[in-house]
Amino acid sequence: MRRDERLLVSKIQDGTVIDHIPAGNALYVLKILGITGREGLRVAVVMNVESKKLGKKDIVKIEKLELKKDDVNKISLIAPTATINIIRNYKVVSKSKVSVPERIEGLFSCINPRCITNQPREPLKSKFRLVSLSPLKMQCEYCGYIMSHDEILRQLTGG
Amino acid sequence: MFKGRDIVTIIDLTKEELEVLFEETDSMLKYKGLNLRLLEGKIMAAAFFEPSTRTRFSFETAMLRLGGRVIGFSEPSRTSIAKGETLADTIRMLNAYSDLIVIRHSIEGAAKFAAEIADVPVINAGDGTRHHPTQAMIDLYTIKRNFESFDGLEVGVLGDLKYGRAATSFIYGMSKYPIKHLYLISPPQLKCRNEVIEYLKFTGTSFTEVEKLDDVISELDVLYVTRIQRERLPDPAEYEKIRGSYRVTLNHLKEARDNLIILHPLPRTDELPNEIDSTKHAKYFEQAGYGVPIRMALLKLILVGEEI
Repeated sequence: MRRDERLLVSKIQDGTVIDHIPAGNALYVLKILGITGREGLRVAVVMNVESKKLGKKDIVKIEKLELKKDDVNKISLIAPTATINIIRNYKVVSKSKVSVPERIEGLFSCINPRCITNQPREPLKSKFRLVSLSPLKMQCEYCGYIMSHDEILRQLTGG
Repeated sequence: MFKGRDIVTIIDLTKEELEVLFEETDSMLKYKGLNLRLLEGKIMAAAFFEPSTRTRFSFETAMLRLGGRVIGFSEPSRTSIAKGETLADTIRMLNAYSDLIVIRHSIEGAAKFAAEIADVPVINAGDGTRHHPTQAMIDLYTIKRNFESFDGLEVGVLGDLKYGRAATSFIYGMSKYPIKHLYLISPPQLKCRNEVIEYLKFTGTSFTEVEKLDDVISELDVLYVTRIQRERLPDPAEYEKIRGSYRVTLNHLKEARDNLIILHPLPRTDELPNEIDSTKHAKYFEQAGYGVPIRMALLKLILVGEEI
C-alpha cells in the first residue's frame, strides 16, 4: 500500500480490532456486540476497504473492550472470515481467527414458531448444531428445522 | 441397549436395535391375548396433550397386557395445564409418580425437552409435525413380516409429506435399510421438509420426489399412504383438482406388481377407499394389529431390558 493511501485511523492503546469482516457487515458486528456509540468507548469503523484475502473488507476497532466467548461465537456467525486482534499498550498481543462452533446454545432463536424453544415460560434455551459451513446452516436440536445463514443473521440482528 | 432409554425419534435407533425390537415383538405376538406379569408394579404415565385414540389405547393396552398400570390424561383442559402450568412442571410431576412417560404434544421438540427433564424414560407418541417413532416401528415391522428383508425394495410414500409426522418417521426409518429406491409422492405444496431431504442425502438414500402416483405405481413393492388434510393447502379449493392424484384406486392396482403391499397409519379418509380392503395388497389392518405387540415389546425392553 502506498503511504498516501493508508487509512487515517489511529492506533488504539488497549482493546480489540476485528479485521477481515466481509464487506458491508461491520454495522451488524457492532449491533450484535450491543455497541451503539453512546457507551463512550472510542470506536472506529472502516468499511469497504481493499483486502488481499477478501477483495473488500470491513474493520472494527473498539477501545477498552475485550470480547466474551458468546460475542466471538456471534461474530463467527456474521463474519466467518473475521480475525480478532487483542491490543495492549498499542501492541497486538494475540491474533486469532474466529471459527463457527459445532454447537451453539441460546445465542439466537429458532425461526419455527411451533418449536418448544419458542414457547413462553418453558425453562430452556435454543440449541443448534452446525450442519454446513458454506453455505452456513444450523439445525435446531429440538424441532429439527434447518436455519439458513440469512435466517440466522435476521435472528441475530433483529433485522 | 434399550433399558432405561428415551425414544424420541426413529433416527436414534440403529438397524440392529430395531432387529432386537422386532424379535421381541415376534414373541409378544404369541402372548398378546394373555395377561403377563412382566411389568407388574410398574406405572406408565400417558401425557396426551393432543387427541389420540389408537396410539393412546394401544400403549395402554400394551402396558395392561404386561401386568403394568396406567395413569395420565388425554384432555389437558381438565388438568393444571389449563391453569397455565408449563410442560416442564407437568413432566416433573409425572416423573415423580411413574416409571415411564409416554407423551404426545402438538409442539415440535416437546418430547425431546420432556426427555431432558425426566429421569424416567420418555417415549414420544407424536410431537407436532415432526416425529412418531413407534408408528414407524409398526410400519417397518409390517414390511419385515411381508418381505423378510428390506434389500432391494422399491418404496413409495404418498400424501402429506410436509406436515405428516407418520410419513416423516417412516421416511427416516426407510433410510436405515438398503432399499433400492424411495419415491416421495406428494403435491408440490406438501413436499418433504428441507431437513428430511437433507437427511436422506446425508444417509445416501436413493430417492425421487414425484407428483403423481400413476407415474410410479408399477415400480413399487410397498406403498405407504397417508391422508392429505385439505386445510393444509393454501387454497383448499385447489385440493379438488389434485385429489385424484392422491387417491388409490382399483385402476392403479391393475398396474401394480403382484407383491405390492399397501400400508396406512390410519385413520384414513378417501385416499384409500374401502374397495381396496378386499384386495391382496391391503395390509393396513394387519399393520394396525401390530400396534399393541410392538408397544408391548418396547415397554418391556425399556422397563426390564432384553434378559428374561
